[in-house]
Amino acid sequence: MIEMKNLRKDFPVRVKAGRFRREKRVLTAVDGVSLSIAAGEMVGYIGPNGAGKSTTLKMLTGVLAPSAGEVSVCGLSPVAQRTRLALRIGVVFGQRSQLWWDLPLRESFRLLKHVYRVPAAEHETRLRRCRELLDLDAFMETPVRQLSLGQRMRGELTAALLHGPEVLFLDEPTIGLDVVSKQAVRSFLGELGRGGDVTLVLTTHDLADIERLCKRLVVIDHGRVVHDGTIEDLHSRYGSRRRLVADLDSPLPPGFALPGAVLSTVEADGHRVTFTLESIAAGAAVAALVNAASVRDLSVIEPDIEDVVARLYRCSITSTAQDGSSAS
Amino acid sequence: MAEFRAYAALLGGRLRSATAYRASFAVEIITNAGGTAIDVSTVFVLFTATRLLGGFTLGEALMMTGLTAAGFALADLTVGNIDQLKTYVRLGTLDAVLVRPLAVLPQLVIADLPLRKLLRSGVGLAVLIVAVASNDIVWTPARVALLVTAPLSGAVFFGSIFVLSASLAFWWVESGEVGSAFTYGGRDFTSYPISVYGGWFRAVFAYGLGFAFVSYHPALTLLGRADPLGLPAWSGYVSPLVALAAAGLAGVVWRIGVRRYRSTGS
Repeated sequence: MIEMKNLRKDFPVRVKAGRFRREKRVLTAVDGVSLSIAAGEMVGYIGPNGAGKSTTLKMLTGVLAPSAGEVSVCGLSPVAQRTRLALRIGVVFGQRSQLWWDLPLRESFRLLKHVYRVPAAEHETRLRRCRELLDLDAFMETPVRQLSLGQRMRGELTAALLHGPEVLFLDEPTIGLDVVSKQAVRSFLGELGRGGDVTLVLTTHDLADIERLCKRLVVIDHGRVVHDGTIEDLHSRYGSRRRLVADLDSPLPPGFALPGAVLSTVEADGHRVTFTLESIAAGAAVAALVNAASVRDLSVIEPDIEDVVARLYRCSITSTAQDGSSAS
Repeated sequence: MAEFRAYAALLGGRLRSATAYRASFAVEIITNAGGTAIDVSTVFVLFTATRLLGGFTLGEALMMTGLTAAGFALADLTVGNIDQLKTYVRLGTLDAVLVRPLAVLPQLVIADLPLRKLLRSGVGLAVLIVAVASNDIVWTPARVALLVTAPLSGAVFFGSIFVLSASLAFWWVESGEVGSAFTYGGRDFTSYPISVYGGWFRAVFAYGLGFAFVSYHPALTLLGRADPLGLPAWSGYVSPLVALAAAGLAGVVWRIGVRRYRSTGS
């Protein structure tokens, strides 16, 4: 459905070099990205600010012309066949509205029906489904400029789906939303993805979006793909482990060890211990601990994806710094 | 055809948006009409100081002013706001337009249609009618056709200049008001007989850029006057071709510009 081969985007920039002189430099936003996304996949595209996420999305949607490499979406070349592609994809830019600012939301949808030449019956069916799932009825008659951000984003999602796109691109769809709106957007996208007839590519800074929605996670940094796989792959590759935290009546007997786990912290005079589970199942670890000590309270903590990603970003920054020094 | 309906729907949306703020719309539309009246009155002011301007009487000069006023007003009403492009390029908001299944230029033209200039084109047309009435024109079928096509060609020509100067923003984001030198400057240039301008300036603006064919030559042909600068009598009929050439060039430059669009980070 989506193919990228050595995709690259350079931006020439002029930087001040002295009082009047300007120097030309080239900023590479996307540096040889190759990815292949199959129909029906849900892919999360993450990376720190300036990593090249949005630039990639803009090349996939025909907004930006690539500097080098190949890209095809739905078998079309995005820039050369922009208008044909536009009929088959939906795009939500979290910070760019697709709606008509001064008109009621309903009017925006009606105009989009004409823009995308959608048969009336299809338009009606899709709009009804979005109205139900996204709870739009309360503000269909409100001018878009008066909508709250959460309401507007629900409107944007509907706007992107009314022509029944094969691929939906979402650039930070949950940015700035409150918890409830975020959840509404996520569960809607989850519902959409489960249908399996829409391919979904989303960029985000909120990793909860990815955990809920995307089996596949692509991490990009400095314009390069640094990880492509499932969230579990990411955890095993970067050694994130589940942790077992236990509150004890009395400190552990001296010399106590859990095979396959490491005692990572001891707090509150030995009354709270944390084990990092390396090669032991959580159930077995709990059983062994309960046998050895009197446990008052106990919890198993899932590895935190935020931590992993933060570590990943730091790793790639230092490795690029090393690349830089070895090159010079 | 389906695309035409899409544009028609967008136009309807634009009209409803404009009337969302009724009072300010009414005020704008009236003050704008005043603007054109003032532009035209400068020609009358000039003739209080002199009887002939570049070898032409007031009536004859008014013919040129009228053709320019009508053509420019029409262009200004349709694509006059395309210079907003520099804002879209700077903020990166062209993205939203590029992901729709329609051409970029018509979408922008409709979205920014300066409806407040509506009365203005009425004023432009009125000036042309006064100019025609104040001259003794020997009407032939060719001249009637020219009277209809000349303002339209002028509109296409000015429209192309609007698009060309707006496209500057694709290469040079801080293009500011440079484009206005050619759009509003061109209007002022063509409001008077070009014989009043001198030397290289006239050569560049009138024939290098083609402004002579907006009003000067069509007016001469309509009036049946020989060109003091020596071009043949039929040169007024060339104006549609000049307009089409300008439109073609504007189209090519625009397309190249859109490919150069860089968006912004988000």
